[in-house]
Amino acid sequence: MQAAMAALDDAGMTMEDIEAVVYSMAPSEFLGVNEPDRWCVDAVGGRGRPFMRIHTGGATGISAAHAGFYHVASGLFDSVLVVGADKVRECRDSQQVLNTIWDPLFERQFGLTTITMAAFQAVRHMQIYGTREERMALVAVRSRGNALNNPVAHLKGRITVDDVMASPYLCWPIKKYDTCPSSAGGAAVVIVSEEKARKRCTRPAWIKACSEVANTVFLGDQMGGMAQMDFADSDILAMAAEEAYRQAGIRNPRREIQTAELYAPFTICELSMVEALGFCRKGESGRLNEEGFFSMDGGIAVNPSGGTLCANAIAITALARVCDGALQVMGKAPSGMQVRNVRHAVCTGEGGSFQFHAVMILGDDD
Amino acid sequence: MKEMMTLKGGWNVKYNYAVGPTGTRFFKALKGEAKIIAPKCPKCGLVMLPPRSFCERCFVPIDEWVEVGMEGTIQAFTVVPVKFESLPDPPYAIAYVLLDGAGTAMVNFVKNVDLSDLRKAAKKLAIGKRVRVVFEKKRKGTIHDFHYELLKP
Ligand SMILES: [Zn+2]
Repeated sequence: MQAAMAALDDAGMTMEDIEAVVYSMAPSEFLGVNEPDRWCVDAVGGRGRPFMRIHTGGATGISAAHAGFYHVASGLFDSVLVVGADKVRECRDSQQVLNTIWDPLFERQFGLTTITMAAFQAVRHMQIYGTREERMALVAVRSRGNALNNPVAHLKGRITVDDVMASPYLCWPIKKYDTCPSSAGGAAVVIVSEEKARKRCTRPAWIKACSEVANTVFLGDQMGGMAQMDFADSDILAMAAEEAYRQAGIRNPRREIQTAELYAPFTICELSMVEALGFCRKGESGRLNEEGFFSMDGGIAVNPSGGTLCANAIAITALARVCDGALQVMGKAPSGMQVRNVRHAVCTGEGGSFQFHAVMILGDDD
Repeated sequence: MKEMMTLKGGWNVKYNYAVGPTGTRFFKALKGEAKIIAPKCPKCGLVMLPPRSFCERCFVPIDEWVEVGMEGTIQAFTVVPVKFESLPDPPYAIAYVLLDGAGTAMVNFVKNVDLSDLRKAAKKLAIGKRVRVVFEKKRKGTIHDFHYELLKP
């Protein structure tokens, strides 16, 4: 409810102006309430309106925003509210829930979790590109520093590489500070037709591209042997990004994108993702990050909000990426978090066993 | 309000997972013959572990099976030193291993590694290291009927 009100306020609209509601809700096991979309209808203005839930795991928020866009782009609706909330913090056994992503006959028994999955990506990235733990740690240092400017971040502060290195291993080589927290939160965006946007908003964020690509759940298909892609690289994201850049008419992402809000729940994910997005070559991200290329005043400001490493309320984490990307384009990000002269912001979401990637590109009036 | 109340609760749901014809064939060979068999795509030749009834790359059903080797190469690994609810007791090492003759890697425990020092254990488990399949004496027709061991621990 709070998120819905905040988005409507910002748009200068009331619930009366909304024609349909898209509800962003990932696995309900974290919340511990089955079918939470039924439970929350009233709180998000779904009563008496077309209402649908979208669920693509960690990517849910972006997929929900895509669904909102499709509602309007179809011409059937002029104004749609995309909204959701999650309370992962209330789940005492979140890794037990995440373990059930995997096949119950062949894989689940070995304690696979999202953390071990990040470890597998990290050991391959380390093996292939020589990435060091300290370089992963620097991603957490920058993220928590950026989060100081984000009033709604869960984790924030000045930490050092040594702090990250000294944090306990959850599974080698992933340490506690390489890992996102379990958060609670809500998020909402209002998506309206071009005509309405021009009438109501002096500087709207235009949706320039929506793309999504899925892959197999089996991690072992993506390493050695007859693998068509390597688990070290986020090649599925690269495919989604290529399609998004085509839609948005972006030829050189490194020059044409000023900021990115990425769904990277572990430090290694961000290093792999900026490579997949074409911000640098494979294996180069650790060094460029160290040189400050992804900092607030660097070439591309990655996660000015602190990103997923600083708050992960799974159902809306990717929607928060869209919110923060939109604020950047509209020039409405909190001071310190605002990147200068944003023409294009890239927002991403990732779900399942790193197997589903979604991209949304927001741009200015051009 | 500063201190708000919480209420403890939980779900405890049980299932009878269908193993299906493909899984049943795999687990029968594991239990009865101490063999690891894998389906082979008639079109692209991909030998798939864990076994599947179709090739997801070519989108064709599979009925040919082959036996894979009893040794393989580590493709990814980790060591888990902390306890998570309902997950194995730590410390444990797991690895994705490409068995000789297979086209994809399959996860299992690596049991003959000293896990008292995490960094040392990680060095021993490096990508590219060779492992062998070790079968349990009393097999039950589950994935725990075998595990991996480093050839040179
Ligand atoms: Zn095939």
